[in-house]
Amino acid sequence: MKKMILFLMVPVLFAGPLCAQKFFTKTGTIGFDATTSSSPEKIEGKNRSATCVMDTKNGAIQFAVLMKGFAFERALMEEHFNENYVESHKFPKAEFKGKVKDAEQIDFSKDGTHTVKVKGDLTMHGQTKEVETTGKLVIQGGKVNANASFNVKLSDFDISIPGLVSDKVSKSAIITVACTMEPLKN
Amino acid sequence: MENKKQSRRILLFATALLMTGSGLFAQDEDLLKLVGGDEKPKKERIKYAFKSPRVINGHSIEFLNPGTMDFRILHRFGQLDKGYENFFGLDQASMRMGFDFGILHNLMAGIGRSTYKKELDGFIKYAPMRQSTGPWSSPVTVAFVAGMTLDGLPWADPDRKNFYTSRLGYYFQAIIGRKFSEGFTLQLSPTMVHRNLVPLATEPNNVYALGVGGRLKVSKRMAITWDYSHVVIGMPDSGYYHPLSVGLDIETGGHVFQLHFSNSTGMNERAFITETTNQWGKGEIRFGFNLSRVFQIRKTKAATH
Repeated sequence: MKKMILFLMVPVLFAGPLCAQKFFTKTGTIGFDATTSSSPEKIEGKNRSATCVMDTKNGAIQFAVLMKGFAFERALMEEHFNENYVESHKFPKAEFKGKVKDAEQIDFSKDGTHTVKVKGDLTMHGQTKEVETTGKLVIQGGKVNANASFNVKLSDFDISIPGLVSDKVSKSAIITVACTMEPLKN
Repeated sequence: MENKKQSRRILLFATALLMTGSGLFAQDEDLLKLVGGDEKPKKERIKYAFKSPRVINGHSIEFLNPGTMDFRILHRFGQLDKGYENFFGLDQASMRMGFDFGILHNLMAGIGRSTYKKELDGFIKYAPMRQSTGPWSSPVTVAFVAGMTLDGLPWADPDRKNFYTSRLGYYFQAIIGRKFSEGFTLQLSPTMVHRNLVPLATEPNNVYALGVGGRLKVSKRMAITWDYSHVVIGMPDSGYYHPLSVGLDIETGGHVFQLHFSNSTGMNERAFITETTNQWGKGEIRFGFNLSRVFQIRKTKAATH
């Protein structure tokens, strides 16, 4: 009987690591660029500690990033980003919760590059908005690289750009995502 | 027999566990919860207690970011009660031009020159403790300032033996402050000013004052500020008053404007603590503004690699 239980338990224990279902990272890079074409300086920030988890079984994908973690070339920009625009003291996190379309058709155990459609809800500055984009999944050596970029209208997220800086700060921002995810053992 | 029963129970338990497990996967679960949880709470500095490293006249608990330079142009106009004749004081202006540098997140230094007494001043400001959250955090920021002033006027009496050191003054200050909420900051700053030479023998060389400064944000880009120094020891019997300034900070994106009303003309600690000769009560108030423009002279570390 005991042997039988053990026998039953074996596949349960090893099912996860054998064919990893979930991939994750805590060091994903998320970029934010709101530079206008006329701006003499780049209005862009980078966050290198984004958390991303993906379930390959159903294509569910989620991101979370701390707004305070965005680093800008100029300290003053960072201050204004936090204090005046995204109000990181009130809304510390931005999150994306969505799905990779047709993820079940991708063999995550084989190396390869796949172009995928991603759709989901982006929550930032207390507002949630549906976003859709095309991204790339590169599977290599058991790791999954996820890359995507999309445009968001800042007014959709209740972020207003005062006229005084509108020649530099764009009313829409390009969000870029670059994550190298490793198998999640659970 | 007993053993078999127990085994069966375990088996049942294992199946139940399996079923709840697969049940979970079927749901639209929160994936982030799978990797969260083990995050250690991090110590995080409380930033942006003031829009500028100065409340109005006095130093604030805020520091310049490392690698930045703050170019400050300060103006103090004439007395409002002088009326239209002097365009409410705007006909005359006293100014100070200064350059402050952020060296570390808790270390900065600056120099400036005022038209008043042609005085040159310099300071160094260091915070051993900064308000933060998380483990080993501090509820307040504690900063120390040491400054020096150099009077540039010709000698009042060139006939007597004058010493270069007579032009010098020093000030030492501790600032203890806290950003209580996003909108409210308060700080106390005990200060000691030493003047090597005083105009009258009756005036003490050392003056001790307690400063009270604060900020109340009224919008994302505007705040009401106040800056008061109470001279505790060393106030001459007559003719001198405690400096009080009340102002409005406006941040425009590139600049911070600090508009205010004050009874003091001095723009360094020696001058406004020991030489304020006007009185709020009598309407001897002046309009003034500080214009601060921060330049990034070295790229931030975080963005470069």
